[in-house]
Amino acid sequence: MADAAHTPNEADARAQFGAFAFSAENKKTADIYIGRYPAGRQQSAVMALLDLAQRQVGEETQTQGWLPVPVIEYVASYLGMPYMRAYEVATFYTMYNLAPVGRFHVQVCGTTPCMLRGSDDIMAACKNRGLVKGATTPDGMFTLNEVECMGNCASAPMVQINDDNYEDLDYDSMSAILQDLSDGKQPKVGTQLPGRHTVEPYGGATTLQAMVDKNHDYRGEY
Amino acid sequence: MLADKDRIFTNLYGYQDFGLKAAQARGDWDKTANLMKAGQDAIIEEVKASGLRGRGGAGFPTGMKWSFMPKAPTPERPNFLVINADESEPGSCKDREIIRHDPHKLIEGALIAGFAMRARAAYIYIRGEYIFEAKVLEKAVAEAYAAGLLGKNAAKSGYDFDVFVHRGAGAYICGEETAMIESLEGKKGQPRLKPPFPAGAGLYGCPTTVNNVESIAVVPTILRRGAAWFKSFGRENNHGTKLFQISGHVEKPCVVEEEMGIPFRELIEKHCGGIRGGWDNLLAVIPGGSSVPLVPAAMMMDVPMDFDGCKAVGSGLGTAAVIVMDKSTDIVRAISRLSYFYKHESCGQCTPCREGTGWMWRVMEKMRTGNADIGDIDTLYDVTKQVEGHTICALGDAAAWPIQGLIKHFRPEMERRIHEAKGDDMLEAAE
Repeated sequence: MADAAHTPNEADARAQFGAFAFSAENKKTADIYIGRYPAGRQQSAVMALLDLAQRQVGEETQTQGWLPVPVIEYVASYLGMPYMRAYEVATFYTMYNLAPVGRFHVQVCGTTPCMLRGSDDIMAACKNRGLVKGATTPDGMFTLNEVECMGNCASAPMVQINDDNYEDLDYDSMSAILQDLSDGKQPKVGTQLPGRHTVEPYGGATTLQAMVDKNHDYRGEY
Repeated sequence: MLADKDRIFTNLYGYQDFGLKAAQARGDWDKTANLMKAGQDAIIEEVKASGLRGRGGAGFPTGMKWSFMPKAPTPERPNFLVINADESEPGSCKDREIIRHDPHKLIEGALIAGFAMRARAAYIYIRGEYIFEAKVLEKAVAEAYAAGLLGKNAAKSGYDFDVFVHRGAGAYICGEETAMIESLEGKKGQPRLKPPFPAGAGLYGCPTTVNNVESIAVVPTILRRGAAWFKSFGRENNHGTKLFQISGHVEKPCVVEEEMGIPFRELIEKHCGGIRGGWDNLLAVIPGGSSVPLVPAAMMMDVPMDFDGCKAVGSGLGTAAVIVMDKSTDIVRAISRLSYFYKHESCGQCTPCREGTGWMWRVMEKMRTGNADIGDIDTLYDVTKQVEGHTICALGDAAAWPIQGLIKHFRPEMERRIHEAKGDDMLEAAE
């Protein structure tokens, strides 16, 4: 990420995470992931394991986690692959954080479909609360980043915060979501438009109305 | 308008449960083994006869793609099916709805398609940002295993087949088929040179076919209702139904399944409540996701929304991700933002793309403010031509085309900005 913060000093990272190892539960999950690939192809699981490791670092630090060098080393040796091959993967994909992030990773989509629907206002709502692009707030609560198309274009503009998507936003609803999060409340996930279910036209679906109230089987009408 | 009974994705909006029981009540997994009894070649012939063209953007005939797979794979070198759920093209948001609301259509399709191409297993590569969707998919796959629909003797067909979910981690380029294969192997997602094509040497060096989610998910319904049913929709060479995703400046953006070839105006009027501010307020449309050139309003109104219809106006249907822009749009900024997207997503492997996407974005930003010379427009066009066709994969082309479309249709606007920034009144003098 162009706006990413600086990676912390490696010596400090080693002091803090040098003894990193998967928890018993994560080890089980990791082995399930590895089992999805043919024998000898365990390197295929590197993406899943890096994600798992990042989440574990997140739990340990009460943030959304990141991948310090010793953690990448651990994953590489877990899979029997050279460190550099794992490091390449960690740096290539944007979802691996190479620097610490806050408790809430606010990822505002800024690509054209969201831009057309007002993602500038969403960014403004974040800035108004003191969030700075590419940085974490001093209290460690929020990290703000602008991300590329998240595939929610029919309910744009949107933001992904941690694992949840918030869609159909405007300045006010975005501000309310940030307020809820800092108050320790869980905002409603998904579309923020009252009455909209998912990606049907706002105000009611123009098709498949029989599906709204019951699980309609159309086969009888063929 | 397409009748509801002819829509394939009946739970598109997720009003009902995605789970196995509810999906079966809607008709999924209904005697799947009987469909497979017809045999591999008969299934491929049926899919060919249906006229289904790949729904991932390129529109390559799906049945023909399957027929490239070796007919007698060995245990040491099995065939693989890879399902492309790395939906990242700006404007595209259809696979997400299939995965989170109708995942069993995809999983059943994976079994049937995998069987038809004699694959040992399918890997569903879902983009990393679809966190909730991946959870739903994992759950649906687990349900299918528990019900004996996958695994040994899948759905009592006598065929052994596995479906695995593989999560990406945020890289648009992994939607390119060979980059996806690299990524599945646990590497950086950098596209491979072709040939060899994946059907010859793909995942782990084994024969592999990569198909879009929608292409696979429609297959069970095509087989149940017959190729003739699917072919009855749309024009010659552009058959079937399609998920359209309309975003941007319409009253009601939405995802909707419609007949291929539905006129643009009808699509917008019927499902999206019209253009914001009325049809006179329409400026331009990107009909198929960010990689295709924009089309100005006047040319777009009556275009049939299919592969050939969009091609005829110098654009493409792509994934049918329709991005609508009204006259309030800063059109240069809208395209410049796409240039930034491609700069961000270039994998860095080929020099023309790695250097070119950044250069094009920086010049586009100058065009946005008008801080440029008139001659820079030609230079920019020239550079897009040097990027286009000079890279391993199509990302270079995809970065070049939106800019070429802008210059082709909105050159006067770009020139106006340059004159305005310079403070000269040449424009009026010229008129």
